[in-house]
Amino acid sequence: MSITVRDLAHSRAGDKGNSVNISVIAYRVQSFDILVRELTESRVMDAYSTIAKGPVKRYILPNLKAINFVIENVRGGSVTASSALDIHGKSLSSIMLAIPILINEISS
Amino acid sequence: MGNQDKLRIGTGAGFAGDRWEPAIDLVERGEVDIIVFECLAERTIARETLSLLRGNGPGYSPKLKKRLQSILPACEKNNTRIVTNMGAAAPLSAGHAATTVAKELGLDSFTCAILLGDDVKEILPKHPGLILMESDEPLESVLPKMASANAYLGADNVAKAMATNANIVVTGRVADPSLFLGAMMNAFKWSYQDYDKLAKGTAAGHLLECAGQVTGGYFADPGIKDVHNLAELGFPYADITKDGDVIISKVSNTGGRVDIETCSEQLLYEINDPSNYITPDCILDITNVSLQQAGKDRVKIVGAFARQRTPTYKVSVGYFDGYLGEGQLSYGGQNAVARARLAGDIVRKRLKLRGFSFDDLRVDLIGLNSLHGDGSGRVEPHEVRLRVTGKSDNRSAAEAVGWEVSALYTNGPYGGAGDFSNVREILAIQSVLLPRELVDVNIVLLGDT
Repeated sequence: MSITVRDLAHSRAGDKGNSVNISVIAYRVQSFDILVRELTESRVMDAYSTIAKGPVKRYILPNLKAINFVIENVRGGSVTASSALDIHGKSLSSIMLAIPILINEISS
Repeated sequence: MGNQDKLRIGTGAGFAGDRWEPAIDLVERGEVDIIVFECLAERTIARETLSLLRGNGPGYSPKLKKRLQSILPACEKNNTRIVTNMGAAAPLSAGHAATTVAKELGLDSFTCAILLGDDVKEILPKHPGLILMESDEPLESVLPKMASANAYLGADNVAKAMATNANIVVTGRVADPSLFLGAMMNAFKWSYQDYDKLAKGTAAGHLLECAGQVTGGYFADPGIKDVHNLAELGFPYADITKDGDVIISKVSNTGGRVDIETCSEQLLYEINDPSNYITPDCILDITNVSLQQAGKDRVKIVGAFARQRTPTYKVSVGYFDGYLGEGQLSYGGQNAVARARLAGDIVRKRLKLRGFSFDDLRVDLIGLNSLHGDGSGRVEPHEVRLRVTGKSDNRSAAEAVGWEVSALYTNGPYGGAGDFSNVREILAIQSVLLPRELVDVNIVLLGDT
């Protein structure tokens, strides 16, 4: 069965200089375990390769059922110098939410 | 103030352009002791510095007077104090402007404390060997182009300004959570050895600093993450006890929601390593934080830790980095994307033929690739908007970008519509770490004290 991150979690993007952080927060504990297994740094790097050079670093926060990804070298550079339309990277959490997740478990 | 057991702090603005009404509601109905207006994003101080240098702005937040005119009568009536970084690049002028507004409103006993010292552009040239954190180059490389340099001051300085009992504390650059923590440190007499309390207070400040982003703003995804009445979004407040217990909430009968989902998103907002969030006051570790729903629209935060603050201030260095020229034009209907691509190619060639070169000439198709880059398998939109930008030290080159896009009307593919062009001066930002002892902070009091 194929779903996306958006079915299991919500997400917010924030920026710091040339990097962006994308949080992924599971709605439920079972989903959190799936996300920890599936959302590796390399899968997230693949998803963001159209707009970032990386690297990607991930941090796990079990109490919040959350994973925080930090993606370095997002195109365009710092907040005041970038010529990109989305200078703050505000639109970038939707890329995370679109990542496909393969699940075998029934977690209804 | 002083020796209190509890404190209620609200957020009246989360950025310079934020809405007016939620702050008034917080003061009139929210019983807040203190309201904080956070109006200084990284780019804002650069912009205000530029307006001050060019003589086309006051150097402080251009909306300061209007915000204070709208909020001061309610603050006077409800005995609410204000903390704000609307001082931006000119906190002293901002303080005088605040006092003038109060006088015009007939508030005769109004007093204002101004926090000075974040502006370190006279100090930095003496330390050219400091390393720029973003580029790893010495500060020296940008000194000739430097326009602004502001240290992120901490809560200790805000607390000192609060201790004057002034009605309003006006600052320039202060770390956002420190605006809130400073109010708590003053009210509860917390010290820099109370790591537990610094952690809780900093976490609270972090959750509050973006105003509506913790009460349901920047959150909605219709159908799966719905938020009630965003048009009348309530801004947050925190109830903090002397021991550092924190509950985030909002005024009843406002739009929005305060729950574990909204608070989780905001807790991780702009966080890199969650165990190592550096502020001027501490190194915050939120790895083990958990959130508990403590009632409708009430969320309790537990489990924040902190370590000793670093010996340096982070300094944002703003410097001139050329001009950005921009042009836009829309295409619609069959083959719109191909026509927009052709238009972009024409602009590139025209700029080259005219002898202009750019550090970064980019062509985006809004509707297709302007936010997320080029990806495979996308459906072509019915309408697409060409956006061309070029960055150059040569103003004429930057101006040519918008001009060549406009000229597509009669010289490009059929059906180009709705042109827009713009040129702006770029202030870039990098950071250095400056030893604390090099920064002199002082407080100026205005009014009848």
